[in-house]
Amino acid sequence: MARIATHHRTRRLAPYAALAVLPLAACSAIGADPEPAASGDGAGTVVLVTHDSFALSDDVVAAFEAETGLTLETRAPGDGGALVNQLILTKDAPLGDVVYGIDTTFASRAIAEGVLEPYESPAAGADVAAHAVDDGHHLTAVDVGDVCVNVDHEWFAEAGVPEPTTLADLTDPAYRDLLVVTNPATSSPGLAFLLATVAELGEDGWEQYWTALRDNGVKVVSGWSDAYYVDFSGPSSEGERPLVLSYASSPPSEVAEGATQAPTGALLDTCFRQVEYAGVLAGAANPDGARQVVDWLLSQDVQADLPGSMYVYPVDTSVPLPDAWAQHAPLPAEPLTLDPALISEHRDAWIERWTEIVIG
Amino acid sequence: MSATLPAEPATPPRALVAPGAWPVARRWVGWGLAAGLPLLFLGVFFAYPVLALLRLGFVGDTGGPDLSGVADVLGRARTWRIIGTTLGQSVVGTALSLVLGLPVAFLLHRREFRGRRALRAFVVVPFVLPTVVVGVAFRSVLADSGPLGFLGIDGTFAGVVAALVFFNLAVVVRTVGGFWAGLDPRAEQAARALGASPWRAFRHVTLPALTPAIASAAAIVFLFCATAFGVVLVLGGTGYGTVETEIWVQTTQFLDLRAAAVLSVVQIAVVAGCLLLAGRARSSRERALQLLPDAGPPRLALRGPARRRGDVLAVAVTAVVVGVLLVLPLATVVVRSLRTPTGWGLGNYVALGTTGGANALSVTVWEAALTSVRIAVDATVIAVVVGGLVALVASRRPRAPGARRAVRVLDALFMLPLGVSAVTVGFGFLVTFDRPFGLDLDLRSSAALIPVAQAVVATPLVVRSVLPVLRAVDTRLHEAAGVLGATPAQVLRHVDWPVAARSLGVAVGFAFAVSLGEFGATSFLARPERPTLPVVIFRLLGRPGAENLGMALAAAVLLGLMTALVMGLAERLRPAGGTEL
Repeated sequence: MARIATHHRTRRLAPYAALAVLPLAACSAIGADPEPAASGDGAGTVVLVTHDSFALSDDVVAAFEAETGLTLETRAPGDGGALVNQLILTKDAPLGDVVYGIDTTFASRAIAEGVLEPYESPAAGADVAAHAVDDGHHLTAVDVGDVCVNVDHEWFAEAGVPEPTTLADLTDPAYRDLLVVTNPATSSPGLAFLLATVAELGEDGWEQYWTALRDNGVKVVSGWSDAYYVDFSGPSSEGERPLVLSYASSPPSEVAEGATQAPTGALLDTCFRQVEYAGVLAGAANPDGARQVVDWLLSQDVQADLPGSMYVYPVDTSVPLPDAWAQHAPLPAEPLTLDPALISEHRDAWIERWTEIVIG
Repeated sequence: MSATLPAEPATPPRALVAPGAWPVARRWVGWGLAAGLPLLFLGVFFAYPVLALLRLGFVGDTGGPDLSGVADVLGRARTWRIIGTTLGQSVVGTALSLVLGLPVAFLLHRREFRGRRALRAFVVVPFVLPTVVVGVAFRSVLADSGPLGFLGIDGTFAGVVAALVFFNLAVVVRTVGGFWAGLDPRAEQAARALGASPWRAFRHVTLPALTPAIASAAAIVFLFCATAFGVVLVLGGTGYGTVETEIWVQTTQFLDLRAAAVLSVVQIAVVAGCLLLAGRARSSRERALQLLPDAGPPRLALRGPARRRGDVLAVAVTAVVVGVLLVLPLATVVVRSLRTPTGWGLGNYVALGTTGGANALSVTVWEAALTSVRIAVDATVIAVVVGGLVALVASRRPRAPGARRAVRVLDALFMLPLGVSAVTVGFGFLVTFDRPFGLDLDLRSSAALIPVAQAVVATPLVVRSVLPVLRAVDTRLHEAAGVLGATPAQVLRHVDWPVAARSLGVAVGFAFAVSLGEFGATSFLARPERPTLPVVIFRLLGRPGAENLGMALAAAVLLGLMTALVMGLAERLRPAGGTEL
């Protein structure tokens, strides 16, 4: 009896299996589209290695390809830190021709490791020169962005408490348990904020500051989205803390349609400037194409596209900002900065020390 | 005992050949190929890159071996604290997943009721949600402002364990449930008839029979807990680093490959130890499965004369587990996905057809979903073929002790991918696949690498779903079939395949789900022109504004629905009617 049942079953299964496998095979990804040309051919393709937040408008990319005859291929192997470390690991066989997205905190390490080829773009003006990391033109500044504490205006208005303005204010008992930041070991804004405190209070003062901040109830979470969408009390989340570590460019995203006031704002005295750089990779298969990409990143087209597509400010200050940004996201005039070489030298030790103080 | 014999009579001349006369050499070649193909796959796409990266960590500046890192890393108090946390979280997470998962497995696989299929599919949804989404969902529930904020477990050990159980419950329910469904209830009924209490009958009859499946599930859950990355990072706040998160930080942020390599070796040692224990628990209990007779599971009856106390308990546990642990965080995602900047509505779902506010994405969410499905199809095919072969070989019990040991090693080897950090594998790919084995072929940008990487992760799940079922086949059936003159192929087709097929649905479903939700390896390899759904969700969640958040959560709901749908369909791969043999 069982024998018959089994036999039946096998037969009945066959059409199911066939039905399931055939259409699936048809929608396989392998071979669904031709492999893009490898970076090795050097003819018509230029490979841009970038971080996983990279996004430029399609038409801007299309215009570049039409103008140069090159095909732009992008690879994004991780966040900013992972990107630089991967470039270092693969420097004998580079992942591509040109990199975009190395920021202030990793710039010196990338140069010191010999990942980059010098290139001075003719499109680089005074604004680019002002952000130079070294004299050798290994890196070209493309955009700037400021990491600042953001404030929920509505919360403070309702509570009848004046908003804080400086880093020192944040240790004031009046702002106890109100701030949420991210971990410098796991998040790039977190690292920027740590650097902001070092820049403001010096290499001797920042440790006491964090002790005070910890004692004043600062909350530390691992990533930006967690802080912003869970703990922050702003309009797009449901949290309880009205002060969050975010960017100078965040407030315009919170403005409701038709409204003239932004419900959140950036505290401009708490900002740390992050510059993002591009550079030609040493050993690039298509160095000429790589240089054209650097020039293109400095073009008016790309510079004007940056705020809308990547939430960063163009390095070229002559490029007008979108209206909402001009209104709600002014770039701080005097952000905190640190010498990239100093950061490179101390970053790991500072993070380790910070972990000891704040997390224990 | 049901016997499964070749349906077509073997050709008469062969039936006259003495047993075992099927050419031994040919048989060895066959099994060699069946074991060799998966080994080659694992060697090329897992062992090679992982070893290459470990080597980098253990080679000094002068090119010679440098083991100073071992003493240095193992000498830090922090390292031991991290190892302790990892083990603590994993042990508690595994125990809770089993305790809570078994009643659910019982209810969903041994009782018939309306909505059983839907509930089965639903239980798997958490398994694939990207950790960024789970982080936001879980923390929204646990944070002070959330519905369970009063528990005060946000950012604590308990919070992390809750999330680990949330993710891994599906593994217990599916692996044990699938096995349980095929168990003959008559043994337990006989015990009851002889006067044993339900609990006693369960403990002495059913539980021992389930042990291989439970050990399988426990091993997987333990590995998933021990190597959980995103959840720990997000939910552990900052005080609960594990070996896995530490490897990630050391590799991606500090590029301290020395420390990362030492920690990787520690992790692999823990994993190997755990596999050894699980293997012992399994093999001491393994025996031929008493298969279910031709009757579906009884209907659930919570009142009236057919009421059973065990059922009531199972329903109660399931209600609490599903209601609090699964529904609450998932409902948070759904509810928040319905909130748009202009009020409640489906606006975020309409937006899935766009590239997001302010051009946040390079493709629409639907396109990303299609990419995910395509990749998942490839990954599933690879994982099922490779995993199926491994399970088949590992299910044999050869007489030679050497061959027996080889079979056990093969089984354990294929669990390792669950226990090695995705960062190690991802970075390993980067340093090896520019010229793999000296070939002039840059594989690092190949689109094929993504499904392959996912298949490496999914293969152990396929093995663990299929193997307990295959091992339960009475070896006497193989021998009887051999004696009657069946060729090995005929034995496979008529003895093993019908039994294995029942677990294939689970295996396919799991492989598909793993691929759909996989983020670790993909985030290293995905090309931005063709991002997968989890990558898109991650990106949207990385942008400020209610518009992007809403869209990210709507996309997460889409991913959850796709998973539930696939699990439901995979279930249908199994023969209709619920009868097993």
